Amino acid sequence: MVATTGLTPAQTKPSARPNPTRIQDGRGYRVFKVFNVLILLGVVVLTLYPFINLLAQSFSSETAIAAGHVDLIPKGFNITTYKTVMGDPTFWENYRNTVEYTVVATAISMVLTTCYAYVLSKRNLKGRGFLMAVAIFTMFFNGGLIPNYVLVNDLGLRNSLWAIVLPNAISVFNLLVMKTFFENLPSELEEAAAVDGLTTYGILARIVLPLSKAVLATMVLFYAVSFWNSWFSAFLYMDRSDLFPVTVYLRNMIAGATSGTNEGASGEQALQVAANIQAVTIVLTVVPILTVYPFIQRYFVSGVMLGAVKG
Amino acid sequence: MTIPRTLEPPGREGGVRPAGAGRRTRARRRKTSWRTAVRRDWRLYTLAVAPLLFFAVFRYLPMAGNVIAFRWYQPGGSLFGEYWVGWYYFQEFLGDPTFWHVFFNTLILGLLTLLFSFPAPVILALLLNEVRSRSWKRLVQSISYLPHFLSIVVVAGIIIQVTSQTGPINQALQAVGHAPIDFLQQAGWFRQIYVSSEVWQTAGWGTILYLAALTTIDSQLYEQARIDGANRWHQTWHVTLPGIRPTMVTLLILNIGTFMAIGFEKILLIYNPLTYSTADVISTYLFRIGIQSGSFSYGAAIGLFESVIGLFLVVSANLISRRVVGTSLW
Repeated sequence: MVATTGLTPAQTKPSARPNPTRIQDGRGYRVFKVFNVLILLGVVVLTLYPFINLLAQSFSSETAIAAGHVDLIPKGFNITTYKTVMGDPTFWENYRNTVEYTVVATAISMVLTTCYAYVLSKRNLKGRGFLMAVAIFTMFFNGGLIPNYVLVNDLGLRNSLWAIVLPNAISVFNLLVMKTFFENLPSELEEAAAVDGLTTYGILARIVLPLSKAVLATMVLFYAVSFWNSWFSAFLYMDRSDLFPVTVYLRNMIAGATSGTNEGASGEQALQVAANIQAVTIVLTVVPILTVYPFIQRYFVSGVMLGAVKG
Repeated sequence: MTIPRTLEPPGREGGVRPAGAGRRTRARRRKTSWRTAVRRDWRLYTLAVAPLLFFAVFRYLPMAGNVIAFRWYQPGGSLFGEYWVGWYYFQEFLGDPTFWHVFFNTLILGLLTLLFSFPAPVILALLLNEVRSRSWKRLVQSISYLPHFLSIVVVAGIIIQVTSQTGPINQALQAVGHAPIDFLQQAGWFRQIYVSSEVWQTAGWGTILYLAALTTIDSQLYEQARIDGANRWHQTWHVTLPGIRPTMVTLLILNIGTFMAIGFEKILLIYNPLTYSTADVISTYLFRIGIQSGSFSYGAAIGLFESVIGLFLVVSANLISRRVVGTSLW
């Protein structure tokens, strides 16, 4: 539809030579622009709607939710559920676990990724092609769920932080982003530092890393967000609820809602009560991400761009 | 010494000395011996030790661990199983009707996802590209990126809330006099829910690379097209789309590479026995069989099959795209 309206003005106005830089938009294009605003507005609404609905549900009473009255505004205002969830010691324990796992995992991932990316950025290094292939191949072929599971259990990592940290320590995508960044640093600085007697370690620590603050910040965010959001490793390898991250806490809560047992009034009632608690838990889980999101968003965008230079 | 020189093309024979010297230095640079390399760069190599250990233990060891697909494995026993059973587990799952059921479910879900969630960011990026107002553009971008930052568990929670009997969709249905539908309990609705939530979560973020590619298109091309009488639609079709084609092809190959492992975590969170007939895919099936029921070898056989198909898909997609459009990953 947009296409056909766009086609007409060109035929009526074959040549626009007198003013080639600022051509008057055709009527079809103006119609398109209106549609464009409407479509993008639709995208915005569709993206935000579930969040606002969730927020409204989290502040509503169970009866209002059960009656299907809650849309964008809370009905039967209620914060007791917030008090209940926030008063649950397991919830806070799991929140603390999430923070702990994220910090440790991000630190280890950063060290390993930085070291390897720096090595890979040295074009003249013998064996670089092999080191590169070792990393790239894992992007397209992996051992699969079962062998990984067997391995982690055999290594005795079950019920420990390392089951979450180690198997995901290096993301090849992040590695390539960092490598690209290091490659683009001016090599003269490093050469001068080498002449002044700095070793490779010294050059990395005192010349390269201070010049790479932007990419390091981006990588920290990439890793931190992915570890913060992860749940599956913990779900697989943690048996005790005091070891769960908050994502698994939430998972166990919503698991009840999908199990497909809602016969009879009592079951229905239980499901609705869960709806309110679920909403509260989801809101409490996403609040940290939503708070930092406006500030970290552009770092993510720049990181993806850096990665794309190569990919 | 004389033999290689006669083999060289005549154009290179400018002067005997420089040619010979050039060849020697080039050869030396290419063939640094390991001894020299290690003596010169040993510090660099030490930096690679820990990461290589990671790759060896957590990436390549599990690949080798796939031998349990051909061996009898006892939980708690050797990582690589106890004794050979050959293709037993492969024959078993290839003769298993449930396997074929989940195999086709994977194909259908994968194709639907590709069909909808691959073009969505392209279209969104093209629409954003036509926006003149900077602040409006930035606002739409920021909001549409948001779902990408959510944990898959949160996305699953949102799906459950939105599709619940009292959620917004059912409220709208009731407003037009339709009885509420219990979406997540009905196999007939699973694919629609899965694919649309996938588009919801990935379309905005996916525009980043396209928008970046759009800025690299030479503005002279547009000027040229305008002089030739092309309207906006023609410009989009003949300048913009060819300009972002390499990006599209690259992302398509990458998507095809992850085709078989599709949506594992999300499906695991939102499916249930009532929707298995459409929702159960290879990865979720092997999770239930392999880990929940403890048939490790059987699960490993299915997993290996899945990984090999995935590798085959990405290699052939890459090959085809190199032949047809001249863009490839490697």
